[in-house]
Amino acid sequence: MSAPLTYRYDIDGENFTSAGEASVKVKKALRQLGFSQDVIRRVSIAMYEGEINMVIHANGGFAEVSVYPDRIVIVLDDKGPGIPNVDLAMQAGYSTAPEQIRSLGFGAGMGLPNMKANTDEMTIETEIGVGTKITMTVKVGT
Amino acid sequence: MKIREIAAMANAEVLCCEELLDNEVHSACGSDMMSDVLAYVKDQGLLITGLVNPQVVRTAEMMDMRAILFVRGKKPTPEILALAKQCEMVIMASELRMFEACGLIYESGLKGGVLK
Ligand SMILES: Nc1ncnc2c1ncn2[C@@H]1O[C@H](COP(=O)(O)OP(=O)(O)OP(=O)(O)O)[C@@H](O)[C@H]1O
Ligand SMILES: [Mg+2]
Repeated sequence: MSAPLTYRYDIDGENFTSAGEASVKVKKALRQLGFSQDVIRRVSIAMYEGEINMVIHANGGFAEVSVYPDRIVIVLDDKGPGIPNVDLAMQAGYSTAPEQIRSLGFGAGMGLPNMKANTDEMTIETEIGVGTKITMTVKVGT
Repeated sequence: MKIREIAAMANAEVLCCEELLDNEVHSACGSDMMSDVLAYVKDQGLLITGLVNPQVVRTAEMMDMRAILFVRGKKPTPEILALAKQCEMVIMASELRMFEACGLIYESGLKGGVLK
């Protein structure tokens, strides 16, 4: 059990313009580490969707990406409002995003299902008024 | 198809990464909803959009796209262009409407590519 390579980022919830910066950095790091394009793209998409969610729904938070020999684990932790009904939130097309977010190109209710589709495992721990922690794992080759 | 040919077809101004115009793209996607691009698109080299904000560049970067064509005369800000430069993303801007731009480019042989 060697220690994973870990990247940590604060996600600024006040600033939609910078949303996604952490995902761009992770993508660059994974490229340098020589992962396959498929693995890199799946991690990038899942993390980017999660990062945008933290900015538009949870006023920012904290992201941690750990690289193990056989998997990449993404943890997104926020102190936002929590998700009242996770099954509902996971449905494609379900969104509480206001019109203003839709005019920025998001809020189609596609993010959470897309995160699930791009990862091998995804768990959501959430509590109303406390926050949400999403853990996603992408397995690396064999 | 070379990105250069797309720029010519759409009568577009090239605003970033002109040195990459000889790169090839094999398919394209037109949308103003980045959510949809992230959810449905696979292996597409060109994003055609009327939405202008930095998330458009980041979305294209996440999807391994190589070029963005902004339609309806939308002009990206210097901030967006700086981000595109970092990501080595060709940025073009055209006066065409979305429907016309997609139609012209589709007609010329570039298709929608594979859906996930
Ligand atoms: N971190 C979070 N904190 C609180 N609520 C969240 C969080 N992430 C998602 N949600 C809730 O779950 C809903 C569905 O999320 P999902 O990412 O699927 O869609 P969206 O963000 O609304 O739109 P899109 O992802 O297509 O831009 C959101 O509208 C929001 O109500
Ligand atoms: Mg979302």
